[in-house]
Amino acid sequence: MSSALESRIGSPWRKPNFIHSPVLRWGLLAITLVYLFFAFNSIDVNWTRVSEGLVRGWKFVKAFASPDFVSRGTDIYDGMVESIIMAVTSTVVGIIISIPIGLGAARNIAPLPVYLICRGIIALSRALNEIIVAILMVAIFGFGPLAGFITLSFATIGFLAKLLAENIEDMDKVQAEAVKSTGASWLQWVNYGVQPQVIPRLIGLSIYRLDINFRESAVLGLVGAGGIGATLNTSFDRYEYDTTAAILLIIIAVVMALEYLSGIIRAKVQ
Amino acid sequence: MPVSEPISGKKIWQLRSRNQTLTRWFATFAAVSIFMWCWKQISDVTTWFFVWDAPRIAADIGGRAMPPRWSYISELWEPIWDTFNMATLGTIFALIMAVPIAFLAARNTTPSTLFVRPIALLIIVSTRSINSLIWALLLVAIIGPGVAAGLMAISIRSIGFCAKLLYEAIEEIDTSQVEAITATGASRWQVMVYGIVPQIMPAFAGISVFRWDINIRESTVLGLVGAGGIGLQLQSSLNTLAWPQVTLILLVILVAVIAGEWISAKVRGAII
Repeated sequence: MSSALESRIGSPWRKPNFIHSPVLRWGLLAITLVYLFFAFNSIDVNWTRVSEGLVRGWKFVKAFASPDFVSRGTDIYDGMVESIIMAVTSTVVGIIISIPIGLGAARNIAPLPVYLICRGIIALSRALNEIIVAILMVAIFGFGPLAGFITLSFATIGFLAKLLAENIEDMDKVQAEAVKSTGASWLQWVNYGVQPQVIPRLIGLSIYRLDINFRESAVLGLVGAGGIGATLNTSFDRYEYDTTAAILLIIIAVVMALEYLSGIIRAKVQ
Repeated sequence: MPVSEPISGKKIWQLRSRNQTLTRWFATFAAVSIFMWCWKQISDVTTWFFVWDAPRIAADIGGRAMPPRWSYISELWEPIWDTFNMATLGTIFALIMAVPIAFLAARNTTPSTLFVRPIALLIIVSTRSINSLIWALLLVAIIGPGVAAGLMAISIRSIGFCAKLLYEAIEEIDTSQVEAITATGASRWQVMVYGIVPQIMPAFAGISVFRWDINIRESTVLGLVGAGGIGLQLQSSLNTLAWPQVTLILLVILVAVIAGEWISAKVRGAII
């Protein structure tokens, strides 16, 4: 002990290393470097194509300075309305379905078989990307906003039910027990013991999900599931960058507005 | 306490007063009306014949899609490697760009609340609002199809996400540690390195792994717009109606996503 102290006296303080074992530290660094080397080598960039494209890219950036809201005005308007409609309906339906599934996926209130089934549904919904689900839904239900609506509802279930279940698992047991000790039935217990504890966060999350659903609905159009994405894709394919810029600016504005709104509502509820 | 007095004169306790009940009723009514109107808009443009026919179509596709064409996996290893690279390198690039933006956006570290902070926030909002698929669409047109476009799309989309979570973490740091470092006469940079960075390190690690997990998911579909990765194979299989191949690709994506989530959960558990 004293010799360790002796040797330290006089030498300046050095920041302790993040990983203590030197073998692990250098080993991890070496593995990272080797990986980065191979990863970068597997990306082949066609530089002549890039330099040609940069001209077009610059044109696109310039289009943001003069976005054209007017010449495709009605298309943009229809697309935006459809996107908002899809976002609203799918959020509502998603919430309604995710509440029972969220209750079922909370280990402290659901029996094991129900728990496993509900967790399975959540895992499936979270694992499948919205676009992939949308492709399948378009194949099954045909083109249009219905496919997008089903896709977004399905995605909402996985998101909300998981967070709701985690919320219920973290809840304060005392209140729920107090309600139970009055002789309440299961439904009364959930309604008076559990629901008041999780509802503020559920409202916050629902508004957050509305925001996500709107953002997602903007891309579902790329695969034919309705919304502004179809308009965006068309304008892009026709090299009408000023219209594209206008659509992107509107999307950013709506997302900002929704975020601001959700901030106000969440602050009020909690 | 809201109490109603009927003619009999006996006071009856109520949960809400009359005005509260009316407001609630109207709010519910408005919400239901909006929902019904929205639903009608969707319903009007839907060809319901296709919807009633859907179970048969679904069964038909399901029948064609089974069993998966396992031999196709030999052509998938390279796209899987590309997808993994897009997600990993994209996350690394995004973090490199997100860290300075987060420090510029956080109220307690920004050099100027009036000029720099709004610009940083604007970058965060605009990169976050636009889906990585749209970024990929733009970048494919600009720099051509391939992994590079997907990588850039992933990193641009992730900047806003990482920077937002990071600047919130910076704003929530314990100021007493920063004051202690400042009291030793440390410069601005030294305060940053010894006072702020150690405090946000766990958050930073958590955010990067979390975003990496999301990026694995997103990079699987970027190929649909030509930005490389396994989505490219998915697109070509869908176009040729090769449903057994589609099933295999979907299974591979499912495994990749679950593996990514498992790894990120393990790493986050080890760090925090």
